[in-house]
Amino acid sequence: MKARVHVMLKNGVLDPQGEAVRHALGGLGFDGVQGVRQGKVIELDLAGDDAEKAKADVTNMCEKLLANTVIESYTIEIA
Amino acid sequence: MKAAVVVYPGSNCDRDMKMALEGVGFDVTMVWHKDAELPQGLDFVAVPGGFSFGDYLRCGAIAARSPVSQSIADFAAKGGHVLGVCNGFQVLTEAGLLPGALLRNAGLKYICRTVGLKVETTSSVFTNAYTQDQVINIPIAHHDGNYNASADEIARLRGENRVAFSYVDNPNGSQGDIAGILSENRRVLGMMPHPERAFEPAHGNTDGKPFFASLIEAMATA
Repeated sequence: MKARVHVMLKNGVLDPQGEAVRHALGGLGFDGVQGVRQGKVIELDLAGDDAEKAKADVTNMCEKLLANTVIESYTIEIA
Repeated sequence: MKAAVVVYPGSNCDRDMKMALEGVGFDVTMVWHKDAELPQGLDFVAVPGGFSFGDYLRCGAIAARSPVSQSIADFAAKGGHVLGVCNGFQVLTEAGLLPGALLRNAGLKYICRTVGLKVETTSSVFTNAYTQDQVINIPIAHHDGNYNASADEIARLRGENRVAFSYVDNPNGSQGDIAGILSENRRVLGMMPHPERAFEPAHGNTDGKPFFASLIEAMATA
């Protein structure tokens, strides 16, 4: 089974890369882009087919390594 | 006095750190990151700068979970003195030994130049050779040195006099101009600037030398 983790900087944490992307979009003539936040997506290929267990395991992975919860938040999709 | 310098794949300031520590009289052992045990009878551990594990995932994140890092945490928990410089600071925050996190520089550029640092406290073995509010010149070389912590955490660091160094002219967007912080017991220091690169006359600047000199003096008299 597959899991997909989205990691984003928490609201309120300045994202200079997102801000640079927003600025560049404006330079290309895309008006009206009021904010850009850049994050990352991590795809995991997991053994087993217990979705509940997978969710619990991936949550543990996020807390221990995949996200730095001081500055980042995460969401998990299991498919 | 015995010191260890931890080496991860991608560390590149490890030998500079060794030279500085040896320069003040430490007996230095280099410790590879897969060694789960630190040498016996250590007085001091330094986590050097560089790009451990290629900065994959987040700067310092993978290094903070490697076997030696647990040993560093144990050493610190027992009251050991630990220094993290640049990537070493990132590793120590990722390992939870110091609060906060280091984000991409606000200007998005890698910055490599000498900056003015204000000594915010002399109450630590790392800073007691300087005077309060003294400005020293120390090189920085980083892409992710933008110190970030909650407003409460920043207030706590200030309140407990745990900001060791601040930038005179903030180069990277760090909150509160913070360049280096101490742990609660004041024995773990993380800082983005490189005192080991301002150690000998050949560096063109020796403002970092008192940093190391006071360190070994404190160990010797402890």
